[in-house]
Amino acid sequence: MAARHVRTTINGDAVEFVCEADEALLDVLRDRLALTGAKEGCGTGDCGACSVMLDDRLVCSCLVLGVEAEGRKIETIEGMARGGELHPLQRKFLEHAALQCGICTPGFLVAARALLERNPDPTETEVRFWLAGNLCRCTGYDKIVRAVMDAAAELREGRHAA
Amino acid sequence: MPLDQSAKPNAFSKVGTRPLRPDGIDKVTGRARFGADMNAPGMLIGRVLRSPHAHARIRSIDASEAEALPGVKAVVTAADFPDRQDEFRDVLVNVMARDKALYDGHAVAAVAATSAGIARKALSLIKVDYEVLPHVIDVEAAMLPDAPILHDTMFTKGVEPTPTKPSNVAARLEFGRGDVAAGFAEADVVIEKTFRTEATHQGYIEPHACLASVGSDGQGELWVCTQGHFMVRDTCAALLGMDISKLRVTASEIGGGFGGKTTVFIEPVALALSRKAGRPVKLVMSRGEVFRASGPTASTSIRVKMGIRKDGRITAGEAELKYQGGAFPGSPVEMGAMSAFACYELENVHVVGYDVVTNRPKQAAYRAPGAPMSAFAVEGVVNDLAERIGMDPIDLRLKNAAKEGTRSAYGPTFGPIGLIETLKAVKSHPHYKKKLGPNQGRGVACGFWFNFGGQTCVSLNINIDGTVALAVGTPDIGGSRASMCLMAAEELGIPYDRVRAIIADTSSLGFNDVTDGSRVTFASGMATIKAARDAVQKLCARAAAIWGIPEDAVVWEEGAARPAGPNAGAFPPLTLREIAAMAPKTGGPIAGHCEFNAENAGPSFASHLVDVEVDPETGRTTVLRYLVAQDAGKAVHPAYVEGQFQGGAAQGVGWALNEEYIYGADGRLQNPGFLDYRIPVASDLPMIDTVIVEVPNPGHPYGVRGVGETSIVPPLAAVANAVSHATGIRFTELPMSPPRVLHAMDARRMAQAAE
Amino acid sequence: MVQVRLGGSLQSYSGGRGSFEIEGATIGQILAGLGEACPRLKPLLEQGVAVAVDGQIYRGSLLQPVRPDAEVFILPKLAGG
Ligand code: FES
Ligand code: FES
Repeated sequence: MAARHVRTTINGDAVEFVCEADEALLDVLRDRLALTGAKEGCGTGDCGACSVMLDDRLVCSCLVLGVEAEGRKIETIEGMARGGELHPLQRKFLEHAALQCGICTPGFLVAARALLERNPDPTETEVRFWLAGNLCRCTGYDKIVRAVMDAAAELREGRHAA
Repeated sequence: MPLDQSAKPNAFSKVGTRPLRPDGIDKVTGRARFGADMNAPGMLIGRVLRSPHAHARIRSIDASEAEALPGVKAVVTAADFPDRQDEFRDVLVNVMARDKALYDGHAVAAVAATSAGIARKALSLIKVDYEVLPHVIDVEAAMLPDAPILHDTMFTKGVEPTPTKPSNVAARLEFGRGDVAAGFAEADVVIEKTFRTEATHQGYIEPHACLASVGSDGQGELWVCTQGHFMVRDTCAALLGMDISKLRVTASEIGGGFGGKTTVFIEPVALALSRKAGRPVKLVMSRGEVFRASGPTASTSIRVKMGIRKDGRITAGEAELKYQGGAFPGSPVEMGAMSAFACYELENVHVVGYDVVTNRPKQAAYRAPGAPMSAFAVEGVVNDLAERIGMDPIDLRLKNAAKEGTRSAYGPTFGPIGLIETLKAVKSHPHYKKKLGPNQGRGVACGFWFNFGGQTCVSLNINIDGTVALAVGTPDIGGSRASMCLMAAEELGIPYDRVRAIIADTSSLGFNDVTDGSRVTFASGMATIKAARDAVQKLCARAAAIWGIPEDAVVWEEGAARPAGPNAGAFPPLTLREIAAMAPKTGGPIAGHCEFNAENAGPSFASHLVDVEVDPETGRTTVLRYLVAQDAGKAVHPAYVEGQFQGGAAQGVGWALNEEYIYGADGRLQNPGFLDYRIPVASDLPMIDTVIVEVPNPGHPYGVRGVGETSIVPPLAAVANAVSHATGIRFTELPMSPPRVLHAMDARRMAQAAE
Repeated sequence: MVQVRLGGSLQSYSGGRGSFEIEGATIGQILAGLGEACPRLKPLLEQGVAVAVDGQIYRGSLLQPVRPDAEVFILPKLAGG
């Protein structure tokens, strides 16, 4: 199989890479670009640990081909904090102890941000259903849901203040 | 050495607070490096070939075509691991099948190649000649006299005289005391029921992963996600015939374990491949491999009989437990048996257990191994006893609850324990007074776990700027580094953020047992406290030398050395930071150490309360409310204690309602993925309320007890009791998946219609 | 003499006998004495057992002193998750 040359944008930076035609975006990110923040928990779209944004759409990067990134815009967990400043979701996850082992955390953060960008004021049920594609085996989700709700509240206040 | 218990619980200034964890930023930014996040120059990719058969003799393996494939650098089979007959034999055979494949997914060969694609191709070129044998999956079926036998050399232990016919029953156990027959005679109500649980998987989100590198000089390095890198080192060194000192193992961040990462699977294989290829080899399991070949828990069949007087006093308890632990002996039946009645004060107990092998993957520990299943059975019967005599289920448990001075059902007398306190916490919680609607039910259950300590080393270095580097040897799965920093800061009297904890590799610290048995906050915590006290002693000695007064005339208070009294002399206090700054010129660096074997971990009890609603149309159970009350002895970092409670409860809910290993008639696992093996997701659960009970453990200077395991013991029973309450049907089989519940409700509707 | 009782499944290996009088001032000495008194238990004792002394569980402390009037239970090897 011939390798393909792909031009894309990742976390705002122009990036070029070469990959096999059948290579998953997740593998490209992790193995070729050293962006190991997205994790592989299943490789079959069932755990959400590999969540990234592709042109503002939340996707499982294990189900997207690397070649599909051509000309598009990818955002990963590595681009979430601006410089040294954490995104409110990241901060709230820490404050609420919303992670134990932390392997699911990047996926949850990416997915939660996608939610809050669409719905700044989600109910608990909406948060739970939106995040139902992300598995966490450690926390029982309680503190994760609280962290997301709290971050949403803070972001709303920030918006009012601004 | 007697422990210094002088630190009064109310005197804590750091312990019991909720600071941010030291590894937090790394984990929310994607910077933390887990098992599969490491690469090395010249690295090869390893893959494992696994048996598609549940039971088969391996006549031959021909790897010549795979070896000839360009890009393939090494192929290994059992021939690359010398046979042995010692305590490592089972793990050796599990790591790589020898003469027989014992379960679907059993490793038979492995390759290392320059790319994943080539490695995959190479696997397809390996020719294994199998002679397929009859297999057995079910625990009861495996015990039948004509069942297919897994091991010709296995004769049931624990029966006299030792049988001469091989059997799948690895061992039979029996214990008890008092007179159960007399106890049942004395009872007004006797209930006897048989319960069954399915095998479940720990379900950590991070698959097993490692990066191995062995040089031509025989020295090896291994990066791995594990609960015990010292265990990995010693086991791999044994299997590969290496000196322990030649293998350095570094524990990566670990993405969950729950007991499933307390043994080795791919690690010796990666090392063998690397040794053969002369290059680093990365080996990562797929999710399917995790399900098929790493440790699920045992499936069980448990008969329980209990008697009770009308006044609510339990008069006798009897249990027969059958646990299959996969293809090798070692199911957790012993611990299931010992914990079965541990919550109750019982004069008359009799327990029989069977450790059974079947053609399934070798079971691995899963949070309080063995206990959730026996609690499911016993707590189910206790629930029905309460119903039969018309007593509140909590009152009944309070009346019979084990307490300090109770001789436990498994033998020894309990010290201070907190079961009664957890029951009272549940009873007085607003949740217990909530009204239930139609199709709703409420369940209560208790649970117990022994908790363990174990071998532990900690090294605490005082840096020149007055900060502290803490090296711990137990991998941090759930935030333990934060707890260690809290305890060190508490002892030293310095701010929490001046202490930084790391997990040291196997060459930097003495031996540490695996992170299991809820031991870390207890054992590594105690070692941290001792290491800090060792450092404090040296800091005081240094201050004494600086002041020119005797060492015993110096005390350590609020982060500084001070003269012990007016007679010692009038010197302004020397803070840790000041002593640290002077250290290079006053005798050199200051460090504290502790190497010890932590004992007296102190058991932890819990009581859970759950409300559910069962949809009569679909049989689907919705968890409405959940409450965990558990004894933590002393909660060092309450947020992570709550997290352990909540996580254990959620796993237990999954075990109760959905999770199960499903086998086809061919003995192959039918659901090796998260789509069909369904663990609870966020929309399946409500918030999980917690109450932290603190009955101090006399075996720890702060009173800490392990909390990680007990939390999974009660939920199976609590949920089953609630579903039974909601439907009016006693459920005795897990999981209570919608089809099973619907079937039971339909059967009842039919029976009622027939009447 | 210390009264040593067998807990859990260990009685299955002592012909059903549940209690022994053993001479010994430490856990190690007691285990050695028990192995003498009941040779069938010896391999199990060598593989490792847990010893409960007055309700406190020890898994690896052969040198731990034991008072003659202590409650001593020998339990099977235990492990957690
Ligand atoms: S790895 Fe992509 S969803 Fe699990
Ligand atoms: S924190 Fe471990 S899986 Fe979510």
